[in-house]
Amino acid sequence: MNKRAAHKHDVIVIGAGHNGLVNAAYLAKSGLDVLVLEKNPWIGGASVSRSLYDGWTYSNCSYVCSLFRPEIYRDLELARHGLQVIPFDGGLTFMRNGDYFGSYPDEERLRREIARHSKRDADAYNRYAADVSRQTQLIRPLLLRTPPDPASFRPRDVMELIHLLKTFWDLGEEVLYDTIRFWTMSIGDFLDEYFESDVIKAHLAGSGIIGTALGVYSPGTAYVLLHHYMGDVDGSIGSWGFARGGMGSIAKALASAFQAFGGKIETEAGVKTIRVAKGRVKGVVLENGDERHAKIVVSNLDPKRTFLEIMDEKDLPADVVRRARNFKIRGSSGKVNIALDGMPDFYAVPRGHELFKTDFHFIDSLERMERAYDDWKNGAWSKDPYLDTLIPTLVDPTMAPPGKHMMTVFAQYCPPKVNGEDWTDAQRDQFGATVIDQIAEYSPNFKDLILHAEIRTPRELENEVGLTEGNIFQGELTADQLLFNRPFPGYAQYRGPVKGLYMSGSGTHPGGGVMGAPGANSAREILRDLRRKNIVPDALSDE
Amino acid sequence: MNKQYDAIVIGAGHNGLVCAAYLARAGYSTLVIEANKQVGGMAGMRELAPGYAVPACAHLLFLPCAKIMADLSLERHGLRPAAANLDTIALDADGNHLILAGNALRGGALDAADRAAYAQFQNQLRRFAKLLQKTFATRPPRLASGGLADLAALAKLGLSARLLGRDDMRELLRIGALNIHDLLRETFVDERLQGVLGFDAVLGNNLGPRSPGTVLTYLHRLTGQAREGGNGVWTPAGGMGALAQALRASAAAAGAEILTGQPARRVLLERDRAVGVETASGRQINSPVVVSNADPKTTFLKLVGARHLETGFVRRVNNIRMGGKAAKLHLALNGVPVFKALADEQLGQRLVIAPSLNYVERAFDSAKYGECSPEPVMEITIPSARETSLAPKGKHVLSAIVQCAPYDLRGGWEAGRAVFRRRLIDKLVEYAPGIREQVTAAELLAPPDLEQAFNLHGGHWHHGEYSLDQFMMLRPAPGAAQYATPVAGLYLCGAGAHPGGGVMGLAGRNAAAEIMKRERRR
Repeated sequence: MNKRAAHKHDVIVIGAGHNGLVNAAYLAKSGLDVLVLEKNPWIGGASVSRSLYDGWTYSNCSYVCSLFRPEIYRDLELARHGLQVIPFDGGLTFMRNGDYFGSYPDEERLRREIARHSKRDADAYNRYAADVSRQTQLIRPLLLRTPPDPASFRPRDVMELIHLLKTFWDLGEEVLYDTIRFWTMSIGDFLDEYFESDVIKAHLAGSGIIGTALGVYSPGTAYVLLHHYMGDVDGSIGSWGFARGGMGSIAKALASAFQAFGGKIETEAGVKTIRVAKGRVKGVVLENGDERHAKIVVSNLDPKRTFLEIMDEKDLPADVVRRARNFKIRGSSGKVNIALDGMPDFYAVPRGHELFKTDFHFIDSLERMERAYDDWKNGAWSKDPYLDTLIPTLVDPTMAPPGKHMMTVFAQYCPPKVNGEDWTDAQRDQFGATVIDQIAEYSPNFKDLILHAEIRTPRELENEVGLTEGNIFQGELTADQLLFNRPFPGYAQYRGPVKGLYMSGSGTHPGGGVMGAPGANSAREILRDLRRKNIVPDALSDE
Repeated sequence: MNKQYDAIVIGAGHNGLVCAAYLARAGYSTLVIEANKQVGGMAGMRELAPGYAVPACAHLLFLPCAKIMADLSLERHGLRPAAANLDTIALDADGNHLILAGNALRGGALDAADRAAYAQFQNQLRRFAKLLQKTFATRPPRLASGGLADLAALAKLGLSARLLGRDDMRELLRIGALNIHDLLRETFVDERLQGVLGFDAVLGNNLGPRSPGTVLTYLHRLTGQAREGGNGVWTPAGGMGALAQALRASAAAAGAEILTGQPARRVLLERDRAVGVETASGRQINSPVVVSNADPKTTFLKLVGARHLETGFVRRVNNIRMGGKAAKLHLALNGVPVFKALADEQLGQRLVIAPSLNYVERAFDSAKYGECSPEPVMEITIPSARETSLAPKGKHVLSAIVQCAPYDLRGGWEAGRAVFRRRLIDKLVEYAPGIREQVTAAELLAPPDLEQAFNLHGGHWHHGEYSLDQFMMLRPAPGAAQYATPVAGLYLCGAGAHPGGGVMGLAGRNAAAEIMKRERRR
């Protein structure tokens, strides 16, 4: 046993994803000796910037931020640690008939643009925006709270459950009914209640399926839209932002904050097993056989990896093993990152248009979106996928050489396996070609400008980042895996089934997105168990 | 002079008759008006060809409520089972059928683990169904209404859930909004078993097994069986129509009058209050209480009229999802149909074509785009195997509920009807090779046909999708979910109201209870 191994930390956090770093930063801030272990040579998990082509930086997994909790941003002084978020608002959908729909931040302009497609929809939009905004305001205060266990009679759980019910109750009867409908409906049915224009519905529905193994007509997808809308940048609800320098800047700033509190990060230190003795966590064994000791181990990995891969089945209750096996974590998305020799032209929208600074899409009806899902259900990638495309270099020129551009394309749907078989490289390239072909339909010179493309299927996401089946949320966002059910009923309060074991990843409440809330909530629970003063914000600081 | 009633029920479907019978027994002078010549609505009979009668729509009793049977003395009025506790036979194209008999599974090539898991699965889900059953027998509470009775009802519900025990309660909260596909995949390995259970969860609804919320629809189906222990699936002696006949007799014995062949044209209003009904022939009948057994869209948009209602409520009514996806196939057969590896005595059971979850899901996929399933799913009964009076001696009738057949078929039903009917017979031939040659008469009732035959908006089997967003206090829409409606004196008593479809009569009974609480009889 080497000298370093004999040192005993207070806490070991497995995985330097953004949630692991948030968790570690708060624990270190509280004065604990915290060690973060990361299997890759780089940190950030899926919140990462990488240089894979000379002169270009890719946010090669997550690509926009908005869900990141402003309380944490302020509390950990991430601006001082170098994180700068550039907000953007709006969106663009190209149509097969050569037209387009542009979503503008300016209300009047947006109204006129909707009216160009349907006068009736322009009127409906105000009602829609008000209704959705009301739902996001309801959910936001729940993010930085630990879900109650409804099956428990402990005073804390009972009080929290009452708080939760009261939050809903206070909405009043009519709104409460709308809330239940919203949380249980499909995004397609929901939009059908407001709009008649196909392109407007398709434009709005995208947020209901991103990262989700469900179609626009599957119940529960309206909630997924809510999950994507509850973010805010500079207090502007539902708007998104680029992290300057790519998504890795978030991890970098968090790591800097963590290290400023005295924390240590070891990279290329993959964990082989969590050591347990007499029902208590003792530390971890690394892949190279080294050991690290601590009484508290926080796993930032998804529930399947945590319980089925780096823990011994005999250390766990049988129901946890069963639940981990049944945990739903199907991958449904792919990613193509493209280095461009210049800004591509598009037939429908003139060069230099402000809408290019937002995200754009090439699917103009709910039917096309639903058929894209059918392909996934049948074990293949979508032949006509839903793409969420951005050119971050239009607002953040640091990511490519002058005059050149970087394009990030998120593709829905892409299965974890093709017809039940592992992906081959040839299939991966075909998937990339499918994505590029769809964009090229709308741009005459797009293909000619491509210098390099990194194509990522769920296989790449799983192998590099460690997300099981390549699920970007560390577990599907369906009601059976939300709130007190996330990751499993009875284990939704960040504590594992073994003493000293905690979870901090997106597999816990409130789920995925570069939000930081699971990591923060988990840190609060750990401090509570250690009887230390709470320093983690638990509600909007400006409330 | 026009006679004045205490209550008029529009529509003599089983729920309308149940409601009328309860009201009449409580001393309300009650009139039922029915558009068709016969009573029973979707639980009635239909002549397919001279000498051949088929159940017009529903062909099995899944959810008959024992309490209603006893309260209304239906047995005394002639309701007897022709067959009870029918098995479900999941048909296999190679004859390797799987038989679901209560908590037990029979059939070839069955995994021992599945057999054990099935009993456990059924026991647990029936415990949940029992809880649901309790809520079915009462009016749904309003949320945040400020009313103590509502709060008490909700507290009672929460307590009943807690009394299931910690593990059961957690499981219920997990699977309450889950899709049946994932639950079945984590529980069983046998594709036939997964297929037939997945089918049970989506029958009559615009959902596939992968759609979240389909565990709830499965529980809905189990509620009638939860009490009995057995399958709870039965058919009445004399055919499905016997139920409506017994209900009619019971209502009449209690003093209710029933007029058939009298379609309602509109609900008469006076200062925003219902004061009676005008029939298609122009006859006006007065009553301070009007109970509609019609579906919610027909009730509010046609019989009342949108201009008499508040805009927000009209929007909610317009948004009720009720486009039918199920059709009905009727065949007259000139002999005993022969299914592969199926004995004659098994013909009286419930036969299902739904060989795997993917098969059921694909059948649903096409319906999303307004197309009929290339490979449809079917629930088949041969009513004449149990009740010989339905067909001439030695002949038979086949009745099947088939999916998916979307109401708004692309290209229209005029052309689509014959194509789909042929496809269904082709599908039957895979399981009963000689059946095509036995067919002497055939008809397909597509959702628009059901709409016309039963004045049912959208032709939806359950008077509206059965899903979480149209469940309990949201059924059919907030403001009308407690049987009373925004129009004073107007009530709902059909499957569009809580607890929804299935021939169980609870909507009618709950509506009657609500009326008795709120309206005085003279």
